[in-house]
Amino acid sequence: MSISRTSRVTGLSLAAALLAAACSTGGATTAPSAAPAGPIDSPTGSPASGGAAIAVPTPPSAAITLQGAGATFPAPLYQSWFDAYGGLYPNLKIDYQAVGSGAGIKAITQQTVDFGASDAPMKDADIAALPSGTTVLHIPTALGAVVVIYNLAGVATLNLDAQNVADIFLGTITNWNDPKIAANNPGVTLPDKPVLVVHRSDGSGTTNAFTSYLSAVSTDWSTKVGKGTDVKWPTGIGAKGNDGVAGGVQQNDGAVGYVELNYATQAKIPAANLKNADGAFVAASTAGVTAAANAAAASFPADNRQAPIINGPGADTYPIASYTYLLVFQDQKDAAKAQALVAFIAWALTDGQAAEEGLGYAPLPAAVQQKALATLHTVTTGGSPVWP
Amino acid sequence: MTVLLDPRRLQSRRLSRLPDRAFVGGTGAVGAGIVALLVLILVLLATNSALTWQTFGLSFVTGTVWDPVAAVYGALPFIAGTIFSSAIAIVIAAPIGLLTAIFLAEYASRRIAVPLTFIIELLAAIPSVVIGLWGVFVLGPFLKVTVESFMVDAFGWIPIFRGPAFGIGLFAAGVILAIMILPTIVTISREILVAVPPAQREAMYGLGATRWEVISHVVVPIARSGIIGAIILGLGRALGETLAVTMVIGNGQDIPRSLFDQAQTLSSKIATSFNESEVGLQTSSLIALGLILLVITIVINVVARVFVGHATAAEAGLR
Repeated sequence: MSISRTSRVTGLSLAAALLAAACSTGGATTAPSAAPAGPIDSPTGSPASGGAAIAVPTPPSAAITLQGAGATFPAPLYQSWFDAYGGLYPNLKIDYQAVGSGAGIKAITQQTVDFGASDAPMKDADIAALPSGTTVLHIPTALGAVVVIYNLAGVATLNLDAQNVADIFLGTITNWNDPKIAANNPGVTLPDKPVLVVHRSDGSGTTNAFTSYLSAVSTDWSTKVGKGTDVKWPTGIGAKGNDGVAGGVQQNDGAVGYVELNYATQAKIPAANLKNADGAFVAASTAGVTAAANAAAASFPADNRQAPIINGPGADTYPIASYTYLLVFQDQKDAAKAQALVAFIAWALTDGQAAEEGLGYAPLPAAVQQKALATLHTVTTGGSPVWP
Repeated sequence: MTVLLDPRRLQSRRLSRLPDRAFVGGTGAVGAGIVALLVLILVLLATNSALTWQTFGLSFVTGTVWDPVAAVYGALPFIAGTIFSSAIAIVIAAPIGLLTAIFLAEYASRRIAVPLTFIIELLAAIPSVVIGLWGVFVLGPFLKVTVESFMVDAFGWIPIFRGPAFGIGLFAAGVILAIMILPTIVTISREILVAVPPAQREAMYGLGATRWEVISHVVVPIARSGIIGAIILGLGRALGETLAVTMVIGNGQDIPRSLFDQAQTLSSKIATSFNESEVGLQTSSLIALGLILLVITIVINVVARVFVGHATAAEAGLR
């Protein structure tokens, strides 16, 4: 009950913000299909208070099952969305398999699912591999942060600058009492203990975001290793999945690794404060991610394929943030499924956003939310728009 | 006689052969199907990894770099990890397994031998994920503070014992594999020792030999090739074991240079990377790793069969 109440309130305020934005900018930042007749429609679904809300379509009343597969990182958020949406429309069932971003891209390419999900946007090569004549839309749903977790008995807060992080993961800092780390941590007694790096052994959007950061901050890293969902790690232990890395760090005194923010929060593993572009050490938080997203929202690409947001400006900005995406075919074969899918995603992008922070995700900035909704308007079935 | 030659009887006998023939044909077809399946797997692995062989040729086998960013793939670190971890397992499991088999076959009374054999066979029934979990949470931390820290302190100046040791790496994987292949080695060796003809032992005892002399001069030498076969069969299992190894080997990227380095086996590399691999060269290279593993395993198993076959032939000759 409380969720639906807060969601309505947030939906309201977001809608108000959108309306204001649309009015003030005269449609300069809105995509073509977010035309006046489109998403902002005050009479329908408008609560008694008289404010404007986004009218989202509803799924068909027939029993429908949608199948999706992909990224593990947003899986807890998606699951809570499916539960909440299933409560509103019990005839709609959504199955989601958290098999990983790469597998999600493969599944949508092979058309074995109704929607895919990926943290890293599809590469040009992935798009080239799609069945000819089809287009896959990227719809951002949430943002996450990559945090550097550590296991050092007696060290409650740890500050790391970008060079520290790069040196640790390059294997050039091998002991925790290294003067380069100590310089950022005055007053903290760093133990004389070997550093054990724990990284992902499987390909991952988390790795893509983290190695994008390392490549941006360290020329050594970008020349020796580079960025990608799977890289040649110079040092350390490989573990499978965010939970594998979290477990590997918790198991070993002196270990350091990287996971998505929500995993660190839920497992209560200490994460290092990272130095951002403004020179401040910031703890990872959804607020820091929102700050990063807002700072980068103006340059959000037209095809929604936003690379990880690294070292954005702002005193509160957390330096490693990235979007996660739903992947849907622009032209849908099954009209009923298309209606259900668009209705669900439209709901997730509006009312659903309120669930994000409680689960460790950052909601979309208003401008990006608007672009996502505009993208959703371009979905067609049999040549005509599903949500005109 | 007249009854047997009755044409109607013969007719019915001919009919009664029909199910017999159908059975022969059916079993033959099923058998051929299994062979066809193996061939099909080989062909599929080869065709699906064709891109890798075209790109790198045989240098894929000797390549030491696996770098998805640069799209350079080489299998040697994983071949090395597979061979080293299995070798450690054999060095640990072979003597323990052989001694256990000798105890069970020669010394233990039935009251001890039967339950002990059962328990050892039960060890083989533990799912490998359970052994892996135990390896991560119990064995790894235990090895780290005992055997590994001792060896690093005492022999750390020798490169292959260089630290730091984290309880996750090549050595831990070898110990886990040793535990997993022990049942294979013990049960097959025991059966081969038991199969040594009693007349051989009795002749030695008749000459006044002690039990130790009988075992070391007669029983074990006669069973030798069978025991080697048992060890090689254990090796075959160690080479292919995936899950438990993946959990404790540390999934390092390079050829291990120390016993305590993190490494990766062919099967653990495939298991951890395949789901998220990119279509094209990376997927093709992972399939190529599978082909290499299959070829290694087939060779090992053929060698083992030859040894076991020799053992059986030798026994037949002695009888």
